[in-house]
Amino acid sequence: MADILKRNKALSVNPLKASQPIGGSLATLGFNRAMPMLHGSQGCTAFAKVFFVRHFREPIPLQSTAMDQGSSVMGADENVREGIKTIAEKSYPALITVLTTGLAETQGADVHRNVQEFKDANPELANIAVVGVNTPDFTGSVETGYAATLTEIIRALVPDAKTASTYPGKRKKQVNVLASYILTPGDLEALRDIFEQFQLRPVFIPDISDSLDGCLTDEDFSPVTIGGTPISEMLTLGDALATIVIGASLTKAAELLAERTGVPTYSLGHLYGLKANDELMSALAEISGREVPERIERQRSQLQDAMLDTHFMLGQLRIAIAADADLLSAFVDLAQEMGAEVVAAVTSCNVPLLAKIPVATIKIGDLEDMELLGKAHKAQLVIGNSHAVDTADRLGVPILRAGFPLYDIIGGYQKTWIGYRGTRQTLFDLANLVINFSHEEIPAYHSIYGQKPASELTDCKPSCH
Amino acid sequence: MKSTKDIAVLLDEPACEHNKKEKSGCAKPKPGASAGGCAFDGAQIALLPIADVAHIVHGPIACAGSSWDNRGTRSSGATLYRIGMTTDLTEQDIVMGRAEKRLFHAIKQAIDTYSPPAVFIYNTCVPALIGDDINAVCKSAQELWGVPVVPIDSAGFYGTKNLGNRIAGDAMVNHVIGTREPDPLPEADRSNFPAVSPNFKVHDVNLVGEYNIAGEFWHVLPLLDELGLRILCTLSGDARFREVQTMHKAEVNMMVCSKAMVNVARKLQQSYGTPWFEGSFYGITDTSQSLRDFAKALNDDDLTARTEALILREETQIRQELEPWKARLKGKRVLLFTGGVKSWSVISALQDLGMVVVATGTKKSTEEDKARIRELMGEDTVMIDDGSPRALLKIVHDYKADILIAGGRNMYTALKAKVPFLDINQEREFGYEGYKGMLELVRQLALTIESPVWEAVRAPAPWKHKPASISVNTEEECA
Repeated sequence: MADILKRNKALSVNPLKASQPIGGSLATLGFNRAMPMLHGSQGCTAFAKVFFVRHFREPIPLQSTAMDQGSSVMGADENVREGIKTIAEKSYPALITVLTTGLAETQGADVHRNVQEFKDANPELANIAVVGVNTPDFTGSVETGYAATLTEIIRALVPDAKTASTYPGKRKKQVNVLASYILTPGDLEALRDIFEQFQLRPVFIPDISDSLDGCLTDEDFSPVTIGGTPISEMLTLGDALATIVIGASLTKAAELLAERTGVPTYSLGHLYGLKANDELMSALAEISGREVPERIERQRSQLQDAMLDTHFMLGQLRIAIAADADLLSAFVDLAQEMGAEVVAAVTSCNVPLLAKIPVATIKIGDLEDMELLGKAHKAQLVIGNSHAVDTADRLGVPILRAGFPLYDIIGGYQKTWIGYRGTRQTLFDLANLVINFSHEEIPAYHSIYGQKPASELTDCKPSCH
Repeated sequence: MKSTKDIAVLLDEPACEHNKKEKSGCAKPKPGASAGGCAFDGAQIALLPIADVAHIVHGPIACAGSSWDNRGTRSSGATLYRIGMTTDLTEQDIVMGRAEKRLFHAIKQAIDTYSPPAVFIYNTCVPALIGDDINAVCKSAQELWGVPVVPIDSAGFYGTKNLGNRIAGDAMVNHVIGTREPDPLPEADRSNFPAVSPNFKVHDVNLVGEYNIAGEFWHVLPLLDELGLRILCTLSGDARFREVQTMHKAEVNMMVCSKAMVNVARKLQQSYGTPWFEGSFYGITDTSQSLRDFAKALNDDDLTARTEALILREETQIRQELEPWKARLKGKRVLLFTGGVKSWSVISALQDLGMVVVATGTKKSTEEDKARIRELMGEDTVMIDDGSPRALLKIVHDYKADILIAGGRNMYTALKAKVPFLDINQEREFGYEGYKGMLELVRQLALTIESPVWEAVRAPAPWKHKPASISVNTEEECA
């Protein structure tokens, strides 16, 4: 429905986009005992690491093939093989992903061949899953890098139903959940809770709520992820009752999983707002064959009540949003469900979902574009990541922080947005931002005939309150 | 792209002590077991604090996208450095050879939108590999639009962060320094300072490698003002382009706390005969020493006398203010893990407080740094070369350290092991420089060491009888 306005500037100013290797790393970090390795120069990894450390406030396992001048020009096959071997022998992880960067792809790297060469040369390390993924940063974004990596992990680790003799429903409570990058550790925890109320056992793929949730363990230090989806669990996906896919970006991964396993798929765009969560609960009721639990029905009524309370603040509110497609779509739906108006929708790269988002236009661009659109359409509220705080400041409006990265607040990574409860809290947060920002008050008027004390007129200009 | 020879020349730094070892410059990284940034990272960190310049990163998104607006440096005015700019190259640009053209238009766009006094172009891996001639693009853009456009050829694969610092310094020496004469000395309002004889001489000096993290240089700058030292430029904390242009006119350069841009000091000495010395503003002893070194290098007796008076006044005051804190921190054991020069400069700050430094990191330190460390801590001091999290934690336990002081990268290593931590690197949010900075340092040290949370996180839950240090089911407890 939306018109896609392509990038028309030479210079990207205050970029919104984060790179594909970042997305690929994030997907990898949701698996247990995993280590992503970026195939590029050391800086590619250092920057990605700082990005995650600032967002999650956790130590982040991330390695590099450390390409230098020689290997950039003469070929870096050896760097990939040596890098995998070093990680394998040093940390013995369950999963290593080799994610390419712009440098490696421009040079013409073939990581899939390198991975195969490593496997052929090191049969004794066959227990370690090694997956190569093409994630150059000159195309796509966090969203596409995350999706591509998940697809490749499924391709490498989920066996065909026939060869593995799995069949849908063999595990009577298991539901596979392909989880988009928009789901935070807090979201996944809430989602697990919802599944369990339906007596279902979700297997999140990947599961950053178990690896990046800020849990203090007894172990001093681990070179690889602690927690996350166990690699062994990938063998059981074919036995699940159903697969629920959250996020349009994961369509391809979902198709591959369905093709391999034959497990029926339920596709949901996101879990923001009443309607989206109604779809989730209906799906869970159908899969489990149970009624929607009373506690959840109560939460639904609480959300409805909150919608009534907050519609005064959110109705006709002019919102500017900068986010990758899955998250943009979620916030547009939530805003429109409340009668708010999305006056600026900016995203970082073109994906099929964009055309279906119900706004007039979507701009492929950066935070400067959002700022200009926001100014032109008198936006009253900004939704974006921590980089957009300065943007909101210049627009003179409040900001709801969402997406990646969130580095100027504590616990942003853990916020629960989804479900009836998460949505209710989001509505409260939005409404409070509007209430506390008294920008549309009527300026005081002082009558020319008034009898107020003279001091008031000089002390107080009409705009102050 | 720089040739292997160009890089070898940059790596050969006669003023760096590492040169005398068998491996000159810095060691080659190992795939799968490497940490640290790249040359682009180093170049950007070194120059981004120049606040009024348009800093354009020429490359695909990963270089700028994960790193812009990512530094604790503060500006007293201009804010353009906080606007992230990148050519955000696409596959089409790379395959069709349109990257140079995009860069050219990007420079124009930055000039049109922000009217900066200069534009800096940081070259990254992909354009270096496809052979973009950024020198030529910068030259023609500068000619066409009349704004200085400075190429900083800093592809990540050239080498380490340290090399990037040098590339950045080199670009300033070759393209910026010496292109403008300093402003005439202004009529300064000295009413805030104690009166001195009216005909004292004001000296022009530079600081190289001062980044004004969290504004900490503003603890020191008033003292320099009082002494009549005009800072032509700090490369690069709170600097402006027009200040960098005048660096050739300083009478002396101080290398602050790091040899990263030592090539700048060396080249200014070569070309303009400017002497330089190395110093630090961390700790009472070193701050005083640096002020003395200025007076000594400038060979001005009047300045020496005034410097000694100022040092006496400031030291007396700060020692008095630190007294109550010293009682709290005395005898506390510190494991210090920082790069290079900071090792010795922070040691003296901690010893000023009566703390015991049990071990220090020397991975990036020069031979000279190590000698100074031995001088400060004695011959049998523990010097740590292996900075892996496991090795650090082992030393914390073996030497019963009360706190780990290190870069932000190690923060979560310490916290996850339930060890008190203080961040000493560039991302930190507090300024520790100068006499006043010591107060913030002790406050932060006491804040973490004395915090009640350590006991809370180390003790097992009341229904468990095992002590927390014996790990039984580590992963399951979290799941």
